[in-house]
Amino acid sequence: MNAVPVNYYIILSAILFTIGALGVLIRRNALVIFMSIELMLNAANLALVAFSSANAQLDGQIFVFFIMTVAAAEVAVGLALIVAVFRTKKSIDVDQINVLKG
Amino acid sequence: MNQADFYSLLPIIVLTTWSALLLIVDLFIDDKKKGITAVLAAAGLALTMGLTLSQTGQTVIGFNGMVILDGFSTFVNTLLLFSGLMAISVAYGYIKRRGIERGEYYSLILFSIVGMMLMAQARDLIVVFIALEMLSIPLYVLAAIDNSNAKSEEAGIKYFLLGAFSGGFVVYGVALVFGATGSTAFAEIAASIATGNAETLLVLAGAALILVGFGFKVGAVPFQMWTPDVYEGAPTSVTAFMAAGAKIAGFSALMRVFATAFPDIAVDIAPVLAVIAALTMIVGNVAAIAQKNIKRMLAYSSIAHAGYILMAFAAFANPALRDDAISAGIFYLVAYAITSFGTWAIVISLEKEDGKGLAIEDYAGLGRTKPLMAAAMTIFMLSLTGIPPTLGLIGKLYLFRVVVEAQFMWLALIGILTSLISAYYYLRVIVIMYMKEGEPETVSESWLTFTWGAMAVLTVVLSLIPASLFAWASGALMK
Repeated sequence: MNAVPVNYYIILSAILFTIGALGVLIRRNALVIFMSIELMLNAANLALVAFSSANAQLDGQIFVFFIMTVAAAEVAVGLALIVAVFRTKKSIDVDQINVLKG
Repeated sequence: MNQADFYSLLPIIVLTTWSALLLIVDLFIDDKKKGITAVLAAAGLALTMGLTLSQTGQTVIGFNGMVILDGFSTFVNTLLLFSGLMAISVAYGYIKRRGIERGEYYSLILFSIVGMMLMAQARDLIVVFIALEMLSIPLYVLAAIDNSNAKSEEAGIKYFLLGAFSGGFVVYGVALVFGATGSTAFAEIAASIATGNAETLLVLAGAALILVGFGFKVGAVPFQMWTPDVYEGAPTSVTAFMAAGAKIAGFSALMRVFATAFPDIAVDIAPVLAVIAALTMIVGNVAAIAQKNIKRMLAYSSIAHAGYILMAFAAFANPALRDDAISAGIFYLVAYAITSFGTWAIVISLEKEDGKGLAIEDYAGLGRTKPLMAAAMTIFMLSLTGIPPTLGLIGKLYLFRVVVEAQFMWLALIGILTSLISAYYYLRVIVIMYMKEGEPETVSESWLTFTWGAMAVLTVVLSLIPASLFAWASGALMK
């Protein structure tokens, strides 16, 4: 049985990361932007796991656990902020979050 | 785990425990007496500072090389704890006045400082990432702590979305570096690059992504667009803490990572950093000219100062100058932290309900009604410009010297020209204070007065004896 070459995983993770970064820049809904950021983090997770297995080292896989934990903490704070903004503005469209400018 | 492991992180462990306990103790403190929480938080910071100072001159590597205690971390951590004390001092009366006095405010500051201190001690990219998030997440909450106020919430969500976005870049950069070198420890990354085992393209891409992530954190061009909005919208006491604390932590991480993990690609990266530094100085200083709101003006000024500190990285390409560049950089951070806390304390003294009193025009007449406060503000503005006799000038001198020695003449020239531009908007504040008629209303709070008074004295006195402070900064070397 042939293993999938590590390059394939890295290319996939680069594609995921790009989709995530573009999503942050293009989408206007705060929740979707947030989901795109999570996609970027998971792209990094995929790359770390793939490299970890290619290098026969556990460091990368351990890092993935840390990233998942931190992402969960970020979700807690991020969703709370989005809910707070929605209560005040009745909208989470980032184009309407524009009191501050200049 | 052994004793050395715990010793290397002792101040951080104490501060973490203290802030977690403070969160519980705060439940039993009456809502009208939240000042007690502030005092307890400050006591925790003072205790941690004592522990940090007691470790001066020691070098301990702990937790299998994940963290390091050395001169650099001791110096930066002392500066961070000082920033924390100042942040509590400016917040004490202000958050009561704004009606946002909550016990968790102080715990969040403490947690954020824990992250910043861990950042200065990191010796592994995993620790860098965890420290980055530990310092950022409390700051997101602090920026939005005045909830139901649209400005504060907007600042919080903008800071959060862009901070998380930049975190994504750091993580992906770390993943690429790990793939290229097979390790996340700084020493092993450097060794792998030096022996040529690492895939150069992957390392460069990873280092660039990490640089982008930290560029966001310190507000370097072209990643600066969140800074003015967040600085303006966040409660001013939080802005003061962000301006100093987050910048110190971000730059100390950049210095540590690029000096110990990527010394061999510094030659490739230094020109890029020089261009970023030049753009940051130009954009920050030019955009500040047009500002009418003092918080926005100081936000652009903080971008400009990030540019000056970034100049130090241009000198990294020359290994002989690396230590000089690092000490000039952290000396400038000290000067910036002292000056900026003083400035923010005065801004808080003039701020009134609903964001009134924040226009630069509102400072008219301050020279007549509050001569001492106006004199202190004059010192801070001179220091930010870099005019003697202030600490800002000494900081700039050390930085420019390193940049010139590194043969980046054009960069030093841009630095001097943009300093001249900055004189226009800093001196305008002085002109308005003394030359224009007005009746500014100020708030007299003993802690605010103490902060701007003490910072003004420090700005002048330390500039008269810079050698001893610089000697301390030069001793703060990385091992």
